[in-house]
Amino acid sequence: MHLTYPAVLSALLFCTGLYGVLARRNAILVLMSVELMLNAVNLNLVAFDVWLSRAAEETLHSGQALTLFTIAIAAAEIGIGLAIVLAVYRNRGTSDIDKLRDTAEGPDSDGPDSDGRGTDGLDSEALAAQKAEATA
Amino acid sequence: MTTTTLAVLVPLLPFLGAAAGLLLGRTAPGFVRPLAVLPTLAAFVLAVLVALRQGGGRSIDAATELTPTGSVPIELALHIDGFAALVAVLVGLVATCVQIYSTGYLRDDARYPSYAALVSLFTSAMLLVVYSGDLMVLLVGWEIMGICSYFLVGHYWETPEARAASIKAFLVTKLGDVPFLIGIFALAVDAGSFRITTVLGAVASGGLDHPTLIALLLLAGVAGKSAQFPLHTWLPDAMAGPTPVSALIHAATMVAAGVYFIARLLPVFAASSAALLVMAVMAAVTMLGSGLAALAQDDIKRVLAYSTIGQLGYMTGALAVGDRGAAVFHLLSHGAFKALLFLAAGVIIHAAGTNSLAATSRMKGLRDRVPDAYWTMTVALLALAAIPPFSGFFTKEAVLGAAEHVATGHAEGIPGAAGWIVLVTGLLTALLTGAYAMRLWLLAFHGRGAEAPDHGKQPLAMNAVLWLLAVPSLAFGLATGALSDWFDGRDLTPTLTTSVLGTGLALVGGLVTYGAWKHTTALAARVPMGAVAAHPEGDAAQVEAEALASHAPAYGDVAAAPDPADPGRLLLGPLHRHAAVGFHLDAVYTTLFVRPVQAGASLVRFLDREVVDTYVHGAGAVPRLLGAAVRRAQTGNVQTYVSALLAGTVVLAVAAVLVATGA
Repeated sequence: MHLTYPAVLSALLFCTGLYGVLARRNAILVLMSVELMLNAVNLNLVAFDVWLSRAAEETLHSGQALTLFTIAIAAAEIGIGLAIVLAVYRNRGTSDIDKLRDTAEGPDSDGPDSDGRGTDGLDSEALAAQKAEATA
Repeated sequence: MTTTTLAVLVPLLPFLGAAAGLLLGRTAPGFVRPLAVLPTLAAFVLAVLVALRQGGGRSIDAATELTPTGSVPIELALHIDGFAALVAVLVGLVATCVQIYSTGYLRDDARYPSYAALVSLFTSAMLLVVYSGDLMVLLVGWEIMGICSYFLVGHYWETPEARAASIKAFLVTKLGDVPFLIGIFALAVDAGSFRITTVLGAVASGGLDHPTLIALLLLAGVAGKSAQFPLHTWLPDAMAGPTPVSALIHAATMVAAGVYFIARLLPVFAASSAALLVMAVMAAVTMLGSGLAALAQDDIKRVLAYSTIGQLGYMTGALAVGDRGAAVFHLLSHGAFKALLFLAAGVIIHAAGTNSLAATSRMKGLRDRVPDAYWTMTVALLALAAIPPFSGFFTKEAVLGAAEHVATGHAEGIPGAAGWIVLVTGLLTALLTGAYAMRLWLLAFHGRGAEAPDHGKQPLAMNAVLWLLAVPSLAFGLATGALSDWFDGRDLTPTLTTSVLGTGLALVGGLVTYGAWKHTTALAARVPMGAVAAHPEGDAAQVEAEALASHAPAYGDVAAAPDPADPGRLLLGPLHRHAAVGFHLDAVYTTLFVRPVQAGASLVRFLDREVVDTYVHGAGAVPRLLGAAVRRAQTGNVQTYVSALLAGTVVLAVAAVLVATGA
């Protein structure tokens, strides 16, 4: 099989994943898109490993080995990511990324004094979130 | 042990006591009292031994150089002549008495350990000044005394008066110490050594190039330390400290250090007749002004403070006429009886619960409450007023006799004008001294009105010390004949003319005051006054601190009281108002120095706040604006960030490809 087919497929997968990450609103779908991107990379790794090892006299198949690592990390990542999404959903009643803007800079935060107030506000919000999480 | 070893131990023992007291004060409170009293007592005994061995004969000199210090060597040197030996005995005696007295006076004081250690340190510094044969080492002791005085005046730092007084004492004496330091340098450069013996040798061979300049610079430091006009204003305010401190530092020893210093270096001053004239005028103004001011004070301790200034004026006057024997003779007797006066005043303040003479003049039977203080104070006041046969008579007549000796033209190289100035003002001051001593005695002990409050009996430590100090006040005059060998050998016995004049004037002053008191005392009943301590059961130091703090609110001023029954008011007439505030010298200094300095400070503050800070804020404004612009990108939407990240990556990738292909 020519290298072009897996390379094109992987590029398509990656672009789909990228679109999902940039455009979807639901956090779970964003996570799934991330998985798509990761799998595109995996596909590339495996394909290029095969292609390169064909020419080499001796090979360790490091591309395929790295793929196993990536899969393991992806599994861990999705586990933590879903747990976070679940917690956010319990707290906020939504998993819409557009509505989770706690890290935004306030429009009034101008100068050192207001900066101090701004961080205080964030701290108190974070505290409130923690409390809510604990009670949930 | 050799005499030199003994002499080294004299200043060293109180120093070690002070160090141990400061270290152990908190951990072992039981050792504080022995550590305060015993080293000082041992130093006194050793000083007596040194004096006996020295015996007024040849001076003892010893020196060691620790390390080379450049052009003019600084040596740890001893120079013990008759003056040094006797003054050290006085310092040891008064310091021992004060330490014993303090154990009773500050019985319940929380800060007693540090207080006792500072008094020991002060004693050590004074003994160093007395024995030192090197001007630099002397200066070290001189400055340690200054800082101890600062701490001890501010002992009651809860009261604003004490804080202000300690800062004032420090600043005013430092004002004199700066020219003093320059003067010592100039003297050492001219003489090529800091050693007193070498300096005196250089003076004797005419080796000084600028005697007048050096003498006047040194005189400024002496005026600050010995509270001479115009740098005397700190001393009356320093009475905000505890009474034992006033007795030790501000009456008997530290303020005498300046006089003692001139006595040691008298040939330097005598080399310039201009300096002697300046000294004579300074002494005259000091004596007269302080005598008048003492008549108008209401605080018993301030009366004594002004009296101290006046008696120091006598000593400076004796030095101005070139007789250091008379000056140190008066220093010795004054140290004893003034310490006694202050310590007795401490007993009175404790017993009466007030430091105001207006209040004690309305108390009946105070003298029966404190019979020890009454009798010893009577002795000391008689000595102060120079009534024969008490000690003050002999010493003051020695001063007046020396002045007469110069005025009648019997002395070589000393301007006769200085003699006349000192003689005339000395006699006038004798009159004033008699008057204010009488006024103090009458107002303190012969009040009429309500019964004096009973604040319990004073501790034995306080009363016993009074009698101990009364002995030299009574009998020191007997030593007149023997002492001339210790000094320069000039006869110190009183001459007939000055004795009759001086004693007569003092008696006149006393009798006139008595008459005025008889006249005004009827008014006392009509104007009831008096503030009594809030905690009569407390120890004497607490009573005194409260009395000091309540004087200004109760009488409107720390120094004076609006008391029509005061004989001083009748005697001084329109002058009373000005004398009560020390002839407005403080106000003059406020206008001349304090206001300009404060205006300068506010100018600097303005420059710092408004000018320098503007540049700082301006420099910060541009980054702040940039920061505000960048902050707008922080929308909180993670996807926007990732989009920007992607765009950046694409741009970088395209750039990398372009560079790689060489396009």
